[in-house]
Amino acid sequence: MQAVKMVITGPFSAGKTAFIGSVSEIDVVSTERTISNAAERVKDKTTVAMDFGRITVDDDLVLYLFGTPGQRRFDFMWEILSEGMLGFVVLVDSTKPETFREAKRILETFQSYASTPYVVAANKQDHEDAWPPDDLRIILRLDPSVKVLPCVSLQKESVKNVLLELLYSILEQLDKEGSK
Amino acid sequence: MALKGNLSDFTTTQLLNLINLARKTGTLSVQGQDQNTEDVTADISFREGKLIYAELGAQGGSLTQILHRAGKLTEDQARLIHERLQGKTDKQLGHRLIQSKLVTQNDIIQSIRQHVLDVVYGLFTWADGSFKFDTGRLPEASRITIPIDLEMVIMEGSRRLKESEQLQEELPDLDASLRFVDRPDARLRNVNLTVDEWKIVSYVNPKNTIRQIAKANKLDDFQVRRTVYGMMQAGIVELILPKKPEVEEPKKTTRRGRRPEQTVAERKSVVNRLIDRIRSL
Ligand SMILES: Nc1nc2c(ncn2[C@@H]2O[C@H](COP(=O)(O)OP(=O)(O)OP(=O)(O)O)[C@@H](O)[C@H]2O)c(=O)[nH]1
Ligand SMILES: [Mg+2]
Repeated sequence: MQAVKMVITGPFSAGKTAFIGSVSEIDVVSTERTISNAAERVKDKTTVAMDFGRITVDDDLVLYLFGTPGQRRFDFMWEILSEGMLGFVVLVDSTKPETFREAKRILETFQSYASTPYVVAANKQDHEDAWPPDDLRIILRLDPSVKVLPCVSLQKESVKNVLLELLYSILEQLDKEGSK
Repeated sequence: MALKGNLSDFTTTQLLNLINLARKTGTLSVQGQDQNTEDVTADISFREGKLIYAELGAQGGSLTQILHRAGKLTEDQARLIHERLQGKTDKQLGHRLIQSKLVTQNDIIQSIRQHVLDVVYGLFTWADGSFKFDTGRLPEASRITIPIDLEMVIMEGSRRLKESEQLQEELPDLDASLRFVDRPDARLRNVNLTVDEWKIVSYVNPKNTIRQIAKANKLDDFQVRRTVYGMMQAGIVELILPKKPEVEEPKKTTRRGRRPEQTVAERKSVVNRLIDRIRSL
């Protein structure tokens, strides 16, 4: 049994949990929790959080989707999550320009972990205030080769499209490697 | 037939086999000690040789409690329902919960089934305890019962018992805590984490003992041992033994077999299968 994974990242409230929830066959396991039961000896909050979804392909192959938490204090988890990933999606809340810088920082951090393909998803396009993908590309100063896709995380077809575009990019990269 | 004795002479496996073969109807009460060596009684009921219900001492076998433990109701919901619908039978309660769309019928069935199995599987690990079988005694009529084949339970219980004995040796101390290994990077490749493992990952912190992590995630000793052991083997976490942190590394962390590097063609095949699957979603 082979398990492959993709990471869904992006700033706080970008729509990562919704994105995974739209395609995962299991309820998204949202692991951001605190051990808060006063009766217990534990005083601290937990250190790690992530969302977790699954798509079974066949008997030998399963795809896991990991959603990262946006907060900085979980940065150390990003690297662990990114290890061995097939690719990643940077979700941006297109209605919140104040988060664009953070999105860029996250993108660069993940790029530094691995040279896997990625796509940027301009989320919440159903919102009238949403910045169109092309404007987002300019603001984020993304290379023309990077796909910036319109996205509505709450809609399955839209999420499928983002994942497929990422997979096509992965195929292209493999083709390049193969012809070397 | 007066069926009375002690588990040290007559094991859970043997008892269940007997009840299965003789197609007994009634309730088996076992008095033993739980993990915290507190006295508890497990009541396991059967109808014509099929397991139908189980309750473990003070744990509470009411439907609200079962659904809460299964994560289908929040603590607040469970409390509220308990207050509002006191005096209702589990069956009536179940109807109301389904009607109000708080849970589905399947949630109820699966949660009860899991609850019953948890109690019975737990019993397999009791080495000692006096039991008696009351022929004809069944759970209160208000309870929702679900028939479960004993053969499957016996097989799975025995398997768990064996595994649990092994795990107990590998990971004797649940008061140890966990931390991520310093550089887990290379090792995490291709590790296939289960949902239980991810739940535990979120609590890994030198301040949380394994016992506390188990409690927070509603895992029993066996489940948490198995999961933690798997994660240790995968090289994700390591043990910090109580009181003397920073001591020697656990020895048994042989890495789970890593997949040999795949060729480009193999990787392309994987990606193509993913594409087909996602298109068909
Ligand atoms: N209109 C609209 N709302 C969306 C979309 N995607 C997500 N949302 C909403 O945006 C809010 C945040 O979504 P989440 O999925 O929780 O975001 P997240 O990235 O997981 O957030 P954190 O885990 O807190 O960082 C929720 O209220 C979602 O329902 C979208 O495409 N369109
Ligand atoms: Mg989230």
